[in-house]
Amino acid sequence: MRQARLHKAYVLWLSLIANPLAFAGFLVVVGLVLVATFAPLLANHDPILQDLTMALKPPSAVNWFGTDEFGRDVYSRLVYGARTTLYISVLVTVIVAPIGFAIGATAGYLGGWVDVVLMRITDIFLSFPSLVLALAFSAALGPGIENAVIAIALTVWPPIARLARAETLTFRAADFVVAAELQGAGMGRILFRHIVPLCAPSIIIRLTLNMSSVILTAAGLGFLGLGAQPPMPEWGAMAASGRQYLLDAWWLTTVPGIAILLVSLAFNLLGDGLRDIMDPRNA
Amino acid sequence: MPEQTKPILSVKNMSVQFPSLSGVVSAVRNLSFEVGREKVGIIGESGSGKSTTGRAIMRLQPATARVVADEMRFEDVDLLTASEAEMRAIRGSRISMILQDPKYSLNPVMTVGEQIAETVILHERLGRKAARERTLAMLERVNIRDPQRVFNLYPHEVSGGMGQRIMISMMLISSPSLIIADEPTSALDVTVRQQVLSILDDLISERNIGLIFISHDLNLVKSFCDRVIIMYAGRIVETIDASKLDQATHPYTRGLLEALPSLDHPRDRLEVLKRQASWAEA
Repeated sequence: MRQARLHKAYVLWLSLIANPLAFAGFLVVVGLVLVATFAPLLANHDPILQDLTMALKPPSAVNWFGTDEFGRDVYSRLVYGARTTLYISVLVTVIVAPIGFAIGATAGYLGGWVDVVLMRITDIFLSFPSLVLALAFSAALGPGIENAVIAIALTVWPPIARLARAETLTFRAADFVVAAELQGAGMGRILFRHIVPLCAPSIIIRLTLNMSSVILTAAGLGFLGLGAQPPMPEWGAMAASGRQYLLDAWWLTTVPGIAILLVSLAFNLLGDGLRDIMDPRNA
Repeated sequence: MPEQTKPILSVKNMSVQFPSLSGVVSAVRNLSFEVGREKVGIIGESGSGKSTTGRAIMRLQPATARVVADEMRFEDVDLLTASEAEMRAIRGSRISMILQDPKYSLNPVMTVGEQIAETVILHERLGRKAARERTLAMLERVNIRDPQRVFNLYPHEVSGGMGQRIMISMMLISSPSLIIADEPTSALDVTVRQQVLSILDDLISERNIGLIFISHDLNLVKSFCDRVIIMYAGRIVETIDASKLDQATHPYTRGLLEALPSLDHPRDRLEVLKRQASWAEA
């Protein structure tokens, strides 16, 4: 049994390597995790220590990516900012996956008025542009990183619920679900034992693809001052504060901008690759 | 023995209605029958309400359907008033249903062993290990060689006949007293069919339980069942002992029999079934 699992993981690994773009995305994501984990070792300055005599210095051997308007080292802030980014995207995903699944699968399984009520609620959430909705929520909840996580989670679950519902509907009338009912299984058991394993691949893929939009939304909230609060290093907020000095100090916006671009691209590529790998129809 | 004569299932005047925009459509009308410790075949053409009857007994009819009856009694349970929780306790442990095609009725992402074990874990609260023991014994009982290996296989890795035997063991593992088999062999080829049927036959006579065998294969029902119920357009047109099927009197049954090719009496041209509107009314 354990050997079979190991072999399965090994086959997954082989097909990941065979897909160079997905593998590149995978490497960047692993890199992000490593950077976030070992931030204190990698940073060569204190990310929140201000030194006004060193303000707005261009990249040099001491300050690899230059310094910002308070003389803080951009490289060190970038390294610590990876933690914030990872924190937000992982937390949002962990919150959203069970909520989206529970709502979608319940709607799909029960049908009838439960389906109508739940799906109209998701429709209401979907009818707003997600960034505007996240803005509204985080403005209402107050600035701060936890509130940003809640606000983003509230905007991300509806597509997951839709997907879970669609997947559940395709299996709802399947004979093996009827067979489970004939065995005397209740709704909870059927959902968790029979339907979750079948929906899992597509939901995991969707969540990975969503990571990039979560990161971008988090950066957008940070940019508008509603996400992470100063002096906490956060990529979006860094890019925003550098905007005033764009002409004199290009590195302030460019460096965190590139980081956001790279990480969200990496998550997109990885999600795309995972779809090819995990979906048996593409094998 | 009084136990033997008392019916396991008795249904009186059962109708299954589907309310639709253009009025109520009855898929099954005023059905009355009893099943004891015997093999009862239900036969009829497509859409005559055979499967709907089976599902209605399990109370697994579609959400839009309505089941009305004067009486629906299974052993000591009144199926008309039993709550959903009571029904769940009955399904799988006291009434089981074997579905048509094992390709669709087994979950593709669970091993067959897990799926069989689920019934006993659910109804008898057995531990994993005990459930595994029971499952292996049951697999052996349906003539599967090397049950240890089969336990860990996924449904796509077993053949059709093996899949149906797995389905049978899944439904018989908790010793139900009534089994509804909804065309259990129509997805199998003729040689495998006999094998699966003889296993089913053994298990049923060994445990002395009731079987409702839904089929549209006259010859099969004639040789396999004790009694035959012939349905047409949602009604029972005739109930007859399987051995006397050749002497059936109802014109519909006669028509069905005459439309069958026979090796003993070869004919150039088979009869075409002539339907009469009165069969659906009477």
